[in-house]
Amino acid sequence: MQNGTTHCRYAEDVNPAFPTEIMAKPGGEALRDCIQCGTCSGACPMSVHMDLTPRRVIALTRAGLERDVLESATPWLCASCYECQVRCPRDIKVTEIMYALKRRAIEKGLFPKRSPIPVLAKAFYHMVAAHGRNSESRLVIELALRTNPLSLLKMAPVGIKLLRTGRMALGQDHIKDPKQLQSILDAMEES
Amino acid sequence: MTAYAYYPGCSRSGLGKPYDESLRAVFRHLGLALEEIPDWNCCGATSYMSISEDKAVALAARNLALAEQMKAEVVAPCAACYLVLTKAQHMMGEYPALAEKVRKGLGAAGLTYEGHVTVRHPLDILVNHVGLDAVRAKVTRPLAGYRVAPYYGCQVVRPYGAFDDPLRPQTLDRLMAAAGAEVVDYPLKAHCCGGSLMGTMEDIGVRMNFLLIKEARARHANVMATLCPLCQYNLEAYQGKMRHRFHEDATLPIVYFTQLLGLAFGLEPKALGLQRNFVTAEPLPAMA
Repeated sequence: MQNGTTHCRYAEDVNPAFPTEIMAKPGGEALRDCIQCGTCSGACPMSVHMDLTPRRVIALTRAGLERDVLESATPWLCASCYECQVRCPRDIKVTEIMYALKRRAIEKGLFPKRSPIPVLAKAFYHMVAAHGRNSESRLVIELALRTNPLSLLKMAPVGIKLLRTGRMALGQDHIKDPKQLQSILDAMEES
Repeated sequence: MTAYAYYPGCSRSGLGKPYDESLRAVFRHLGLALEEIPDWNCCGATSYMSISEDKAVALAARNLALAEQMKAEVVAPCAACYLVLTKAQHMMGEYPALAEKVRKGLGAAGLTYEGHVTVRHPLDILVNHVGLDAVRAKVTRPLAGYRVAPYYGCQVVRPYGAFDDPLRPQTLDRLMAAAGAEVVDYPLKAHCCGGSLMGTMEDIGVRMNFLLIKEARARHANVMATLCPLCQYNLEAYQGKMRHRFHEDATLPIVYFTQLLGLAFGLEPKALGLQRNFVTAEPLPAMA
């Protein structure tokens, strides 16, 4: 369903467990209450850039068309501004559903492979796990090296300005004992 | 002296340095003490929540547990930190199984969280705890000539709207008016800046932020007040790119609301980190 074109969908494209499993996630409960009014798409400042609007994501999720949804860039373009969620007349937590879709796309390896957004999310995740804090400058450099190393050149002028104004910390900030934090995160994985 | 547990967030030592400086200066001036939460960790922002929800809540809960030991209200100036900490509280309240799992996780590190922490944004504290009358009483240099576009962004007011309307907030408008500024009617005040999308999808980020600045300029604002380090940076650092792409002047000083308030209190621009801003045009004071 890229670029708004419509394709036929068949019974075998449907994963009937998909909507139920999303509804079982925190914030997914009201998925089936959607009346397809489009308030979410109208409110979303990103919808003009999306391959599927938020309304369509909700419709396809409810219909069980998992692949279309998880391969879409839409959940990743969601900037978590919560405008859709606050405006939804059916109290659907659209932003939380977008988060649930992102996590499922990562789990299933179906996220858009050429998008830098999941790359940033993963780099951030690993940096926090290792150090307990994130370093803006290191995160930006790591993202550039993994996606588009040449972009570092384009960023140089802003980088120099930030250094000059004392707004770029080059060191990796960290908590005193990252192992203590790690023990919490490990315990979360076990239970 | 009211003491607060200060959660500065990771941007404090980088992009958000002037926010930290001006917030401390303003609080000190008002007799409010900020004690940093010892050994706080990253809130996880939107990225961590995109990979693991349970662990994102646990990350926030460690900070809440550390704050609870201080028996003080938490101040979180960064919009993302503020939201993540509040969201973790909401989620632990709504989903007992998740709360139980998080408590077990904290237990592995010898920490407990009983749920007795209040997380507040400094804007909320200034308007609802200090109060506008007390703020007005401290103003020695009213912000005459400042036409402020009050920009809230998203994550301070949404989704919970704890202290202001989630779509049409007013607190920053009132605070800036109390500081003597002319507050511009700015309908995009709670529109999103795109957050970290500026780093991943720059084309989209530049366009979103250009629209925010264009509207503020069209309404004759000569400065924009922000509440979040990422909003401040997105709006400030790409004005040259905006001009280049849209063939339109996009110059507008973008400052933290605490910097403007500090100026109204008569504090030194340097103590408020104003020399660190990229755009230092009028009405901001000339920096030596």
